[in-house]
Amino acid sequence: MIFKKFKQDAKGFIFEGITLLSALIIIAILVVMLVVIVKGGKSMFTWEFLSTFPTEGMTKGGIFPAIFGTALLVIIMSIAAVPFGTITAIYLTEYAKENSFIARSIRFAVRTLAVIPSIIYGLFGLGFFIKFVGTGMDSIFTGGQLKWGQPNILWASLTMALLTLPVVIVSVEEALKTIPRDLREASLALGATKWQTIRKVVLPGSYSGIMTGTILAVSRGAGEVAPILFTGAAYYLATLPHSLSDQFMVLGYHIYIMSTQSANVDQTLPIQFGTTLVLLLLTFSLNFTAIILRYRIRKKRIA
Amino acid sequence: MDNFKKIKDLFKNKKPNPADKIDITRKRFRWSDFIAEKIIKSVAFLSITIIILIFIFVFRESFPIFNFAKKEKPKTEQVSNTQEQYGVETTAPEKQEQYGVEETTAPEKQEQYGVQTTEDTTKGESFTPQEVTESGSTTDNNKSALKTLPTKVWQPVSDNPRYGLLPLLIGTIKITLISLLFAGPLAILAALYTSVFAPKRLKELIKPTIEMLAGVPSVVIGFFALMVMATFLQNLFGYDVRLNSFVGGIAMGLAAIPIIYTITEDALTAVPKTYYEASLALGASKWQTAFFVILPAATPGIFAAILLGIGRVFGETMIALMATGNAAMMGLNPFESVRTLAATIGAEMAEVVFGDTHYNVLFLIGSMLFIFTFAINAIAEFWVKGKLMKKIQGK
Amino acid sequence: MKNLKIHTENMYLYYGSKMALNNVSIEIPENKVTALIGPSGCGKSTFLRSLNRMNDLIDSVKIEGNIFIDDINIYDKNIDVVNLRKKVGMVFQKSNPFAKSIFENVAYGPRINGINNNNELTEIVEKSLQNAAIWDEVKDRLHDSALGLSGGQQQRLCIARTLAVNPEVILMDEPASALDPISTSKIEELIVQLKENYTIVIVTHNMQQAARISDDTAFFYLGELIEFGKTKKIFTNPDKKQTEDYITGRFG
Ligand SMILES: Nc1ncnc2c1ncn2[C@@H]1O[C@H](COP(=O)(O)OP(=O)(O)OP(=O)(O)O)[C@@H](O)[C@H]1O
Ligand SMILES: [Mg+2]
Repeated sequence: MIFKKFKQDAKGFIFEGITLLSALIIIAILVVMLVVIVKGGKSMFTWEFLSTFPTEGMTKGGIFPAIFGTALLVIIMSIAAVPFGTITAIYLTEYAKENSFIARSIRFAVRTLAVIPSIIYGLFGLGFFIKFVGTGMDSIFTGGQLKWGQPNILWASLTMALLTLPVVIVSVEEALKTIPRDLREASLALGATKWQTIRKVVLPGSYSGIMTGTILAVSRGAGEVAPILFTGAAYYLATLPHSLSDQFMVLGYHIYIMSTQSANVDQTLPIQFGTTLVLLLLTFSLNFTAIILRYRIRKKRIA
Repeated sequence: MDNFKKIKDLFKNKKPNPADKIDITRKRFRWSDFIAEKIIKSVAFLSITIIILIFIFVFRESFPIFNFAKKEKPKTEQVSNTQEQYGVETTAPEKQEQYGVEETTAPEKQEQYGVQTTEDTTKGESFTPQEVTESGSTTDNNKSALKTLPTKVWQPVSDNPRYGLLPLLIGTIKITLISLLFAGPLAILAALYTSVFAPKRLKELIKPTIEMLAGVPSVVIGFFALMVMATFLQNLFGYDVRLNSFVGGIAMGLAAIPIIYTITEDALTAVPKTYYEASLALGASKWQTAFFVILPAATPGIFAAILLGIGRVFGETMIALMATGNAAMMGLNPFESVRTLAATIGAEMAEVVFGDTHYNVLFLIGSMLFIFTFAINAIAEFWVKGKLMKKIQGK
Repeated sequence: MKNLKIHTENMYLYYGSKMALNNVSIEIPENKVTALIGPSGCGKSTFLRSLNRMNDLIDSVKIEGNIFIDDINIYDKNIDVVNLRKKVGMVFQKSNPFAKSIFENVAYGPRINGINNNNELTEIVEKSLQNAAIWDEVKDRLHDSALGLSGGQQQRLCIARTLAVNPEVILMDEPASALDPISTSKIEELIVQLKENYTIVIVTHNMQQAARISDDTAFFYLGELIEFGKTKKIFTNPDKKQTEDYITGRFG
């Protein structure tokens, strides 16, 4: 009897141990990855590295244009994605009937957008923005001269905006759902119209949700490379982009290029690690902020 | 502003004049509400519109390959002499007749890269592909290109281009299998730990940590795989080619883990508490309950998790570009280099001539990826969810 | 009955296929307090919410029959629902002030009515707060968050907020159910004062409260209006056995 119990316990111990071990392996890989990148990149993590241009055929110098390009990319992307994402979320929570066909279709579309591979967005950016819209604009505005019908930061940012749209929609929708029904009813019962209610009661209550969505989108957009491979990212540029029709350098693409396409990969290893560290710090700090914001929103809902 | 006047009146002489009762019999037209509603409703359709547009435009660019009728030759005469060295300033004048010169500054490099890591010579030849052959109409090109699709050789850049998709397909499937074998069990077991076994405080620590992995950009995972994991695994297993489908698969597994983990965790948590209690009451131990009651009850959800994990790996580009060796080979050996469908688009799109057959074939590959992930998502969404609901509510 | 404010004719209400109001016909007089009583789930809130078409917000609701306010059928298709809700204000069971200052809570209604002049707003806010008997308690902290008030104060603030729009009818759904006795008696006093200028319909579970403040009482049971009449009569000599059982507490 005792023996049987012991056997049971031992089995339980082993099975539970396997599950715990799995969790630990995942975490260990993550930790190793972080440690390796931090170790490899921390010597490069200086103000000079962050603030200067690459020199000597990109074997020396900093990554300022890539940081600048990344920032510009996510800004333009947010300008496009955040309003549209927020409005879609407002539609889903405030206007759509909960289980109507339209609402379900839109939700399905949003989830589909979230799983379409990022390279497909790149293809779409090329086929739609550059070849269709851009070439069309050229034939209208520049008389066929090539200006918009080629990769640039505008098309790259818009492509990225499509990719991050579902991120914004989901976050904002979650935040809008935390606004109590009571408050909407109170406003409507005072004779406010639906739009007045949304503008004065619903939206002010969901700013933190919109912030979370924006931050998550920015974090995602800053790290993605595939969508901009052929919609605007450049290998090397001696000047910063100064118009929307310019190409730009970007951190993720820089890592890819430096680690696979350059002739002397070994010589530039520190730069590669440094760039990776910068990108990782950027996305992690953004994600971390979003997690905290989201946690606070959820707490509000429970309260 | 009838009401406006009335409010003021009220507070002047207390009792409202019955004559200005609020009129409700006329429906008032409110511009701001009308416009807001119209805008919001039309924007809401954006997501659906985008899906449709992606569908149309990705297919549109691949369509010419099925078109045998006479058509104009692609306009671009030559895209030519792109500079090998980086660091050379991109020059504005060139822009005018060439598409995509800037980002194609290193096509040769890319090929070299393929050469460096593998001995596969099919792509090694230096090439001058952009000069569109004067002879031979595009129609013929399309016809012959279409014929080569189901063959074993992917050799788009040569005098006699071959667009055999089989090696790419095999490479993609191989990688997907490897990454699933790696990520699936790890993620599912870890989810089981956090949802059933873990004390609450530990759960609140482990869950967000694993989900942090989702925030690591795939280019960073690719870089880590390329620089660290590849060497480590090679030393461990002692195979010849440093970058291969095994390394790539593991690296992509890292990208798939948070997806599989999160969805599985949700599914496990959704299993009603009564299952758990009933099983314990029948004398089953905790681990028996976890493995034989809760896990089976959540099967549809876990299935959805794996499906979406597959979708993620199937379309992953950057990790594939960086960690798989990028050689289009047919073998089934996991320690050979491979080239995936997505990586092929990523590597070659920047160097093709817009509108030529190679370009169309790349879009065709894109269409395939799109349909595949769309289908996977639809299955996960409708079929699996329906089953899950039935299973949990039906009992 | 003189000066009818609200009356309904053979009104039915369904949530999906579930009937919640069954053939309700009632006549509610102007400038009186009418109490709705009945066991939980009998449809009091449902009835109240159909008087300012708050039920429109619930997709599954279907209504048959007629509801008139000032002899106008409020479910007529030409009715302006926004104005209807200005005319028929509502105070909810759970106080629900906005996450704004006390001042802004009360000024919300006037503002959406297009009043933006500060002097006017100040005047309306002050009057409304006075009429809701909360002015003395909040006059020194008008610009503090309304969420810092006590439950009873919050509820009176919500009443003030409703008064600031100057409705003709005020619907109250158990306005004092979550409050302590002192706050409750303050609100009761307030209701009695308010009926001079407003028609008040109030849902309550508190028999004494209904007896104290209302002129008329309606007893609902399982979606039906069982009995309606002068409060005094309902409480001393009801016609129906069910009413008597409920009032005397002999009810299941
Ligand atoms: N949104 C809804 N959807 C479906 N059924 C509802 C909904 N709201 C109320 N009901 C149902 O309608 C019936 C009447 O509900 P109502 O809230 O009007 O009761 P009540 O008399 O106000 O009860 P209480 O005294 O508990 O507030 C109840 O059976 C309730 O379950
Ligand atoms: Mg009620």
